[in-house]
Amino acid sequence: MRIVVLTKPVPDPASGGERLGPDGRLDRSNSPAVVNGNDEYVLEKALKLIEAAGEGEVILLTMAPDNGPETMRKALAMGATRGVLVTDPAIAGSDTVATTRIIAAALQTLSFDLVFAGVDTSDGVAGVVAPGVAALTGMPYLSYAASIEPDEGARTVRVKRITADGYDVLEAPMPALISGTQALGEPRYPSLKGIMAARSKEITTLTLADLGIDPGTVGLSGALTKVVDSRPPAARGATKVVRDAPDEAARQIVELLAERRLI
Amino acid sequence: MASIWVHGETAGDGSLTKLSTEVATLARSVAEGMGGGDVTGVVVAADPGAAAQELAMYLPKVLTLTEPATADHAAGMIVAQRLAALIEAQGPDIVMTGAGSEGRDLAGALSALTGWGVLANATAVKGAPDGPVATHSVFGGKLITESALTDGKGIITVRPNSVTAEPAGATGQVEAATVSGELQQPAVPIVDRLDAETKAAQIDDARIIVAGGRGVGGPDGFGLIRDLADALGGAVGATRAAVDSGWIPYSQQIGQTGKIVKPQLYLAMGISGAIQHKVGMQTASTIIAVNRDPDAPIADFADMIVIGDLVEVGNALLAELRARSG
Repeated sequence: MRIVVLTKPVPDPASGGERLGPDGRLDRSNSPAVVNGNDEYVLEKALKLIEAAGEGEVILLTMAPDNGPETMRKALAMGATRGVLVTDPAIAGSDTVATTRIIAAALQTLSFDLVFAGVDTSDGVAGVVAPGVAALTGMPYLSYAASIEPDEGARTVRVKRITADGYDVLEAPMPALISGTQALGEPRYPSLKGIMAARSKEITTLTLADLGIDPGTVGLSGALTKVVDSRPPAARGATKVVRDAPDEAARQIVELLAERRLI
Repeated sequence: MASIWVHGETAGDGSLTKLSTEVATLARSVAEGMGGGDVTGVVVAADPGAAAQELAMYLPKVLTLTEPATADHAAGMIVAQRLAALIEAQGPDIVMTGAGSEGRDLAGALSALTGWGVLANATAVKGAPDGPVATHSVFGGKLITESALTDGKGIITVRPNSVTAEPAGATGQVEAATVSGELQQPAVPIVDRLDAETKAAQIDDARIIVAGGRGVGGPDGFGLIRDLADALGGAVGATRAAVDSGWIPYSQQIGQTGKIVKPQLYLAMGISGAIQHKVGMQTASTIIAVNRDPDAPIADFADMIVIGDLVEVGNALLAELRARSG
């Protein structure tokens, strides 16, 4: 079985250094890139499925203007087989529509049974690229997965999709595209052996020309949305520190709740 | 004159979601800010009637599209195809939907099918003369950005609790629409439905959330958190540490890989406020923390922090709340 995992480099949410440059794009010089958190959960699931099957490949697919290889090495160190990187100066500043088109085109160059993506990314939190890729490629789309169970013999896959009041169990033929959540399970840490092995794993590079995409239709120039303003969030007011005994502290909480009409 | 469509999302029982009433309310003010224009609701469902009637309390006109396949298939891709066909036929400029799982699936697929841009996960939207401007909280809330569409057409997904839903003065007209043609995308059947492990109030659009972290100590400790949530009429939330420990289901997790919430009140019990959790709750109107550690990061962004044992303070608070309501 062959599983493609879409992985996006995002600014490390713990770094605190994210800021935009003058063109409204992320200034990458100030924050290290990591693999998007939700992508790690689906990667872990893909690795487990391949390990359980005893054969197969986990292929990373990443689109990044410049910092793809560093985060891909981390994902390769977790155990992915190889990587495919779509990189081109022209993709810098691409919006979700362009990203969707590029990923869909890159998938057409690969053969696979399943495609996994995290439900969203921690930088923009849009959660729209995976369903868009499914629409463009015509693959069945199974989203918000809490479990993924392929049946290789029947060539089908079952997913427990998280809903407002429980789960919908979805079933579709392969190949299918699945977006997954943290409920799939904790990602592993790369072992030292994994880190060493990752250094020699193959990362294939694709450009827009390879995909037959006109550079003018993607990137900042092709974007259908534009950032018109950015600012730090308004500072919250001062914190009131209460060190009184529980009863008095509780009284003060209730007082604040009443003052703000919350009770 | 711009024409804005509001996607009316149906809940499991066929009623309209609260989020859709908020999106409809917001759409009216966006149209006004753009100098007037039509705002039309669209409900695509196997039985759209009830949700459409509800949506008509907020909007002058609601279109219904009866699509039997949505009853027993994953709905997002189906709704997107039907909406794309309706858009083609009727030519609206903007589609607004909720930024929950249904709305995000719909927006992504619809964007791909129409080629329209997406202003995603808006915390606010205002109407300007040359189009809508959406406000977003990005990079885990470290930055607020405003964005606009470059060609006047697009899709906007709106976070829960961005506005308070308010019905319009008059009830609108509900009209049945039709689109022809087979569905082009593969429909994914629902082969089974499973109830959640525990019945818990949804945190997504809760007005009040009482949340517990590692400091709660175990599954039993969440009993007190639940009691407090009940006393306040709120929902129970949790940190990833509490979810990973198996004390509470993932559906209640708030933070980077859980849900992003914006309640009126966030009562954080035994939660340190690490960045991964903070990103999910920092826009709450009022944040009150109970923590033993005065140096916990949450002390920097809570409105009030009570330094103390969460069980002692929690029980005292419970008694105080019950005495008030009793």
